[in-house]
Amino acid sequence: MSVYTSLDSVKDELLKCLKCGNCQAVCPIYKEMRHEVAVARGKIVLVETLLNGEIEMTDRLADKLSLCTTCMACNQICPNGIRFDKVILAARAEGVRKKGLHPIKKIAFKALKLQRLFDLGMKTGSKFQGLAMKRVKGQDYGARMRIDLGIGKEKVFPNLASKPFRSQFPSEVKVPNPKMKVAFFSGCMINYFYPDMGKSVVDVLTENDIEIAIPADQACCGIPASVNGDVDSAKEQAKRNLRAFEESGADALLIACSSCGSAWKHSFSELMEGDAYYKELADKWAAKTYDINEFLVNVVPFKRDGLGEVKRTVTYHDPCHLNRGQNINKEPREILKAIPGVQFIEMKEPGRCCGMAGSFSLVHPELSGKISDKKIADIATTSTNTVATACPACRLQLASGVINAGMNKDVLHTVQILAESYAKGKQ
Amino acid sequence: MFSKEVINELVTVVGKENVISELEDLVTYSFDATAAMPRVKPDVVVTPLNTEHVVKIVEVAKKYEIPIYPRGSGTNLSGGTIPLEKGIVVSMVHMNKILEVDLDNLCAWVEPGVIIQDLNNEAMKHGLIYPPDPGTVATATMGGSVSECSGGLRGLKYGVTKHYIMGMELVLANGDVIKWGGKTVKNVTGYDLTALFTGAEGTLGIITRLLVKLIPAPEARKSLLAVFDDLDKAGNAISSIVRNKIIPATLEIMDKVTINTVENFTKAGLPIHAEAVLLIEVDGYKESVAREAPLVEKICQECGAIDIKVAETDEERDLIWFARRNALPSLGQVKPSTVLEDATVPRSKIPEIIKAIRRIADKYQLFIATYGHAGDGNLHPTIVIDPTDKDEIERMEHAVAEIFEAALGLGGTISGEHGIGIGKIKYLPLEFGEAGVDTLRRIKEALDPNYMLNPGKVVDRGE
Ligand SMILES: Cc1cc2nc3c(=O)[nH]c(=O)nc-3n(C[C@H](O)[C@H](O)[C@H](O)COP(=O)(O)OP(=O)(O)OC[C@H]3O[C@@H](n4cnc5c(N)ncnc54)[C@H](O)[C@@H]3O)c2cc1C
Ligand code: SF4
Ligand code: SF4
Repeated sequence: MSVYTSLDSVKDELLKCLKCGNCQAVCPIYKEMRHEVAVARGKIVLVETLLNGEIEMTDRLADKLSLCTTCMACNQICPNGIRFDKVILAARAEGVRKKGLHPIKKIAFKALKLQRLFDLGMKTGSKFQGLAMKRVKGQDYGARMRIDLGIGKEKVFPNLASKPFRSQFPSEVKVPNPKMKVAFFSGCMINYFYPDMGKSVVDVLTENDIEIAIPADQACCGIPASVNGDVDSAKEQAKRNLRAFEESGADALLIACSSCGSAWKHSFSELMEGDAYYKELADKWAAKTYDINEFLVNVVPFKRDGLGEVKRTVTYHDPCHLNRGQNINKEPREILKAIPGVQFIEMKEPGRCCGMAGSFSLVHPELSGKISDKKIADIATTSTNTVATACPACRLQLASGVINAGMNKDVLHTVQILAESYAKGKQ
Repeated sequence: MFSKEVINELVTVVGKENVISELEDLVTYSFDATAAMPRVKPDVVVTPLNTEHVVKIVEVAKKYEIPIYPRGSGTNLSGGTIPLEKGIVVSMVHMNKILEVDLDNLCAWVEPGVIIQDLNNEAMKHGLIYPPDPGTVATATMGGSVSECSGGLRGLKYGVTKHYIMGMELVLANGDVIKWGGKTVKNVTGYDLTALFTGAEGTLGIITRLLVKLIPAPEARKSLLAVFDDLDKAGNAISSIVRNKIIPATLEIMDKVTINTVENFTKAGLPIHAEAVLLIEVDGYKESVAREAPLVEKICQECGAIDIKVAETDEERDLIWFARRNALPSLGQVKPSTVLEDATVPRSKIPEIIKAIRRIADKYQLFIATYGHAGDGNLHPTIVIDPTDKDEIERMEHAVAEIFEAALGLGGTISGEHGIGIGKIKYLPLEFGEAGVDTLRRIKEALDPNYMLNPGKVVDRGE
């Protein structure tokens, strides 16, 4: 019994809730709405009430359950250590089981619309950008939605890659004397929006004499589907990924996206429960999966000679699913602090959610924007010229926020700054 | 009784965005932080933005004779915000502005929905603090904590909420707005309404503004932990410290059951053979801390402490308080539900009440850990239960009643800081006597004859 197959699987978690309200202190959504339904204990009571039959799974209930960025801040502060992330996943999956995809049609529909738009964009190239989106004045960064899809017109999307990451690189990147062979899971956002991040991963790894497989057959990590309760799609995607990477023959799997990392480390095994073959594969790969920061600090320590000076003042935003989800927060800072010329300045509450949370920001654009505003204000007080993070989704949200606030800052993945330093070292 | 008409009228007075009436939302206002309470959904929740809104809500409630329940963050431990008789929950959390911090008169005007910690963060910018610090500083509202007269860790030296209230604005059950107090240290005009409304648990009026006192932040602090193999020796140390004219900011105790439970779950290296540990912090000017900390250490030694640790660094201080912070979380791991009581006795009676609680735990075969604010005599005997075990719940109720009797027998009170709410209403005559309860009832009826404000809390309607 996993959270994906039965709501009963979280009964013990529910029982642990003291209703103390401590979760109010950290919940980004509660901070904006100040309604009990927004915070963990409110949703816990909703699920309890659903389980004892007093309320039913309705569209409205599914709507309330969509009020969570799955940032895991409540997990961390909860005196009883409740795994609220499991509760919300189980509740959303129950919604889909009870009502088909219907209860989340709003989310699915919007995500789909966007997906189609991007696919179209990929085909029609730059023409698309002019058609659907309005370029942000004076910036070559990206564009805002020209037509209101109900996902908010404020968010600035980066320009679509003229060529996706995985089309830019061969499926094997060789180096002269390889130390080891790793496989790189790019994830959708790096592939479509941020090939520059993917390229930096390749550059840094080759610089460290590591051979890279980039399986062409990789799919989406499935997190967008599973957090919205669409367990079937998530399972399909997990299986396809497991097959693709099993064929790569790599010693380790590297990831530069916090959600994709959580998927490989945690979700796949849970999703594959009951399927002996795939479960074994999932467990095996989970043990070999590393976030790129984690890998470069703890597994194969990155080369420190050859680092050139990078003149940047940098602050770092902790992606929720890397920090609380995978307990990785020291490693990115260690990388940044090792780069000559980088002056590191910590922002207030670097671990507070940026409000992106994938489809959450599409379904609740206003809330997402307000959560982002707080983050951007904290970033502003650091007076740095660069915001580092370790997730493409956070990067999108932060970059959009920075632009909307009229600030001039680079928003980059830690590994991009490291790649920049190696490049400077060669000059 | 409750109609669409009422909702429409509420929408007219506070706006659609401030009226919550969907079933799925109402469910989330059927409870607060109190264990083992009935859950009751309100008919509607409104979130006023200003005093005028509150007045209008009260007028609608009056017109339709519907009960009103003021609510802050819903973290109280006495069932104080549960809408027992259904009706309107008035959630005050959107009135959350800090209106003024006055550095000359050392005070601040705040709206009731301000979170205590947010006021403190603002005050700290000016080197000031608002001392009342319940375990929920980061979540509880000013309105809620004033209505419960919350205490906290620093009560011994700095007092409790009522010592920091200088004035209020409040909406009465008849819709009148009254205001009193001010920025003067002295004020004896009329009856002391501040004393009446601080701790009134939302049964006499709805607070819409508060004037609170701020004090200079202490310059230095020092923590120490003293281990005792005998409860009486620990008790003697508590009294001796105070008898020697040292008033620590914090003087906490954890009994054997608590220590063992925390150690079991945190492996922090606590002295599991101890009968009690005291956690003490002195604060103030650097010079006075430098004088008092060694004195406290000496007194603990003289009273027979078997081990004493003095925190020399911030990390060591955190380590000392780690155990206390983990008391409730660790107890929560034993069984899912924790009933947190707050029976309070004169500080000299601490050993006796802890022993009485142990006898009661044995008698009813319950797991009861006792820890709390020893310096204030305010203990938190915490009973952990399985909420699905009916028999255990029944034994728990008997035990709670006997703990109250024991506290009263020692010259104490049934509630030091959590309030009466629904939970302790039936024990009120034990402490007040029938005539006393009747006096409370007459005060209630003078201000709210129809029991419209938070009915079923503190005093019931009587026969
Ligand atoms: C883990 C934990 C630790 C705690 N530690 C302590 C502690 O150390 N010391 C302590 O004293 N308490 C403690 N408490 C109890 C609780 O936190 C306090 O009582 C708190 O001050 C309540 O604030 P609130 O905003 O949550 O009020 P609520 O629970 O929302 O309301 C409390 C009461 O105030 C009334 N009320 C709220 N706002 C208004 C208003 N504007 N006008 C009129 N009436 C109003 C309500 O009707 C209710 O009767 C603890 C609770 C928990 C869960
Ligand atoms: S912090 Fe944990 S125990 Fe407390 S109300 Fe939130 S989920 Fe429940
Ligand atoms: S996971 Fe984050 S957004 Fe969701 S309830 Fe917890 S704190 Fe709130």
